[in-house]
Amino acid sequence: MSKLVVSTIGPASSVQDGGRHGAQRYGLTPSGAMDPLALAAANTLAGNGAFDAAIEIGPFGAAFTAREGTVRVALSGAPRSADIAGRSVAWDSSTTLADGETLTLGFARGGAFSYLAIEGGIAGEPVFGSLAVNARAGLGSPYPRPLQAGDELQTRAASGAAERRIELPAVAEGAIRVVMGPQDDEFGEEAKALFFDSEWKISATSDRMGYRLEGPVIKHLHGHNIVSDGTVNGSIQVPGNGAPIVLMPDRGTSGGYPKIATLMTADLGRFAQTPAGKGFRFRAVTMAEAQAEARKFAKLLRTLPDRLRGIENFDLNIEALRDANVAGSAVSAVDACTWQAPSADVLARD
Amino acid sequence: MAATLSPPRILPSGDSAITVEFSRNIDDAANQRVLALDRTLANEPVAGITETVPTYRSLLVHYDPVRIDFETLGEKLVALAQRPVPAAAKTRRWRIPVVYGGEHGIDLEDVARTLKTTPEDIVARHVAGDYRVAMIGFTPGWSYLSGLEKFLHMPRRQNPRLLTPAGTISIGGVQTGVQCLAGPSGWHLLGRTAVRTYQLHRDPTFLLEPGDRVKFSPVDAKTFAEQDRAAAGGEIVAELMAS
Repeated sequence: MSKLVVSTIGPASSVQDGGRHGAQRYGLTPSGAMDPLALAAANTLAGNGAFDAAIEIGPFGAAFTAREGTVRVALSGAPRSADIAGRSVAWDSSTTLADGETLTLGFARGGAFSYLAIEGGIAGEPVFGSLAVNARAGLGSPYPRPLQAGDELQTRAASGAAERRIELPAVAEGAIRVVMGPQDDEFGEEAKALFFDSEWKISATSDRMGYRLEGPVIKHLHGHNIVSDGTVNGSIQVPGNGAPIVLMPDRGTSGGYPKIATLMTADLGRFAQTPAGKGFRFRAVTMAEAQAEARKFAKLLRTLPDRLRGIENFDLNIEALRDANVAGSAVSAVDACTWQAPSADVLARD
Repeated sequence: MAATLSPPRILPSGDSAITVEFSRNIDDAANQRVLALDRTLANEPVAGITETVPTYRSLLVHYDPVRIDFETLGEKLVALAQRPVPAAAKTRRWRIPVVYGGEHGIDLEDVARTLKTTPEDIVARHVAGDYRVAMIGFTPGWSYLSGLEKFLHMPRRQNPRLLTPAGTISIGGVQTGVQCLAGPSGWHLLGRTAVRTYQLHRDPTFLLEPGDRVKFSPVDAKTFAEQDRAAAGGEIVAELMAS
């Protein structure tokens, strides 16, 4: 066994995988990666199953050290500067740490979450088929809480497989696409128009339970209390103060605020990566369009191994990447330390 | 049972879930239909459905849009939901011990004052109730019970508390509930139970199922403390009654 030791790490960093499914009927939320495509890409690079457990790294920097053997890792998600003892590591690629070597990652750029997958996965005890951390329910393995410096993740020694990079499609630009409902009839035409015509920003008090939105006040037709019903990742609920909250993987399984619309599956990860303070809009799409996109997204996830490339053809781009890494280290770290503040109004509304 | 049940509303919850809504209100008949549809889908699985989540008035059906599309599944759910509601195969009846008032139920006195009666009367009324688990949600094991007598209906607190104890028994609106984990709540706290509705590494991990019946029985603080120790060691301490 080798292990990867957390040397330094910021808040909002935890072990995550494809999530814990099948127990929402008991109030157990799925948790799992905020950006499923980035998790799957990192795991594919590491030779793991797409939704195996990996390290989800919040906006701040982090460093990891191999101990008791070599450890092969892979990086995807929000890009960062990455180096091992001054040797720059390309993003969306795998690399191997010799025993005692440290991989140092900078702040997330143009996103919030990055994923570090470890070849051979992370040793732990799954609950409901998952190692994903759900701190409120005391779940997650090997640590049922966000990662801290000094934590040790057991894994197997590096196989010596050739390093790979992965060619991912360009991230969709433009408005975050939503399907109306389930309670869009709780809002008038004026409120709906305001919702779609306005620019929104993610509040710095957002977390893995929900992203609070800053923008105009969205008024309800009949008040903000509905009888609680089920929630999904991407439900956009509008509480009494009219400031929408988009529910994320650590959401409560039920909620009693009207939900004006729901993010389409293919845009969940892109939305999760929206840096605090960056303006964006929502756009309504038809169910047919959202489901066509969901099927395309599922196909992309299934065919990630076809996108692996040898690392040798990559030399041409290394200089460009290094320049990019140097250029913009601290863009999205604004207020990152508040990302785990308790969301009282998400929490306290049953 | 009437042969002509009204069709539920099929509401999209994004591209991978459907809310099958039987009522907009807390409505016992609607909740029965939610649980009936949930049982039907458990007994006769529809390919593509990945998970179902019963609530008071609606069934949330998660599905994989690669395997079934919204229109097809919506039609199927409407048809299944209009079948006559079958009697539940077996209803489990639980007796859950509760220590009422004092440090364990800090709102009991206030509730009595607000409702112009005594704490003893509140406890007697709460214990007299025959409740059903209408839904479990929000946080693991948080069980929402229907059947609270009208006298005890009270609006929720203006200011929700950020932290209430594990095992809290409380009332809010037209409901009463068993809370498992410590956490925020806007309800009125009447007491605590040692029963863990959710406990890792215990079989079963989740004690209550939607549709189960529940009665409360008062215990003193000493008994609660003993039961709490036993429950921490994995004992269930709730009593399953002969139905």
